[in-house]
Amino acid sequence: MSRIHVTTTVNGDAREYLCSPNQTLLDALRDELGMTGSKEGCGSGDCGACTVVLDGEMVCSCLVLAGEAEGRRVDTIEGVAEGSDLHPVQQKFLENAALQCGFCTPGFIVASKALLEKNPNPTETEVRYWLAGNLCRCTGYDKIVRAVMDAAAELRQERTAA
Amino acid sequence: MANLAFHAPDTVKEATELLAANKGARPLAGGTDLIVQMQSGRMAPEAIVDIKRIASLGEIREEADHFAVGAAVACTALKDNKALVDEWPGVVEAANLIGSVQVRNRATMAGNLCNASPAADSVPALVAAGATAIVAGPSGEREVPVEQIPTGQGQTSLGDGEFVSEIRIPRQQKGGSDAYLRSIPRTEMDIAVVGAGASVTVDGSGTCTAARVAIGAAAPTVLLVEDAGKALVGSKLDDGAIAKMMEAVSAACKPIDDKRGTVAYRKTTAGVLAKRVVEIARQRAGEN
Repeated sequence: MSRIHVTTTVNGDAREYLCSPNQTLLDALRDELGMTGSKEGCGSGDCGACTVVLDGEMVCSCLVLAGEAEGRRVDTIEGVAEGSDLHPVQQKFLENAALQCGFCTPGFIVASKALLEKNPNPTETEVRYWLAGNLCRCTGYDKIVRAVMDAAAELRQERTAA
Repeated sequence: MANLAFHAPDTVKEATELLAANKGARPLAGGTDLIVQMQSGRMAPEAIVDIKRIASLGEIREEADHFAVGAAVACTALKDNKALVDEWPGVVEAANLIGSVQVRNRATMAGNLCNASPAADSVPALVAAGATAIVAGPSGEREVPVEQIPTGQGQTSLGDGEFVSEIRIPRQQKGGSDAYLRSIPRTEMDIAVVGAGASVTVDGSGTCTAARVAIGAAAPTVLLVEDAGKALVGSKLDDGAIAKMMEAVSAACKPIDDKRGTVAYRKTTAGVLAKRVVEIARQRAGEN
């Protein structure tokens, strides 16, 4: 099968890869670029473990063909922390013990960050609906929701201070 | 899939040529059905034609007599068009019940229509709204009522080289509005056991002057229940008219028995949902 040459921007960096026409963006990130933070849970858009932000909107990277990313902007879990400084969403996940096995965590963090960028002051209900496409089989969700609410409060405070 | 080709044309004409050149070619909009079907092996296209690079298909145009929603417009983007939300809240809500936010950031109404699932959430709302599909093909464009696109589970009336390039929704009448509801055992991330959409127009005296009712997941395709609309027109949407409408809806159902719902459940629930959507649409119409 002929391979497609793709030039794209990942976490702000220009990147290139060769992919098969039927390869997903998730597989290209993991197998061609070695960025294994995004996980494959279901491969059918049900679990959200592969969530990335494509041109500013969060999507399941298992439901994007790698060839579609040509000229687009992809933001992944690897770009959330700044060096060793965790993003407030990541910090609050740790403080609230919002993970156990951790497989769903990259997807939850990318999705939660996307929520707080659109809605800095979500209600608990809004958080739960926004995260409906991210499945976690360990935590029972409460700790995740608390972490997101805490992160939202901290980000609002940071914004006020700045 | 040994020789799968990937194309991303810039124009509708190129897209129809690519689709016409290969019977095994499939258009790709949001990919939330197509890519799942490719991965599971249910669908093995020989070529993918990504229509998202065609600029006009990514837009919502507000024309004098209709909204033109490009086939590549994601469901979440519908919520950003204030006029569309004001005039057809039910259509926008229905499209935003599909899957998760991640899915709705990709999924399109045209894709939802052409995937031809009887349980497609946006389709009963579009049918109730009297929407049409612009079908682009090798010999030009044709306009078709949306209810004529699906012909059976996973089957459409589209010919070789044809794809739906645009959904047209008429501008709302004064005193008109719509609603869509579905029955699912949880709150999100589910497929309708039954769904119902309605659009209702009432005049200053509260008399119903126009009504369309459509039901989903109750037959091999989404159904426009013409008798249900007729039962409402001319009435004040009183209990008697509503009861007749519910009877017409239940009578039109030809559902299957499956793990998600029995025939009896679907028939009864279709009527109940239809009653509720007519009521919501009427309330909204009163505010217009």
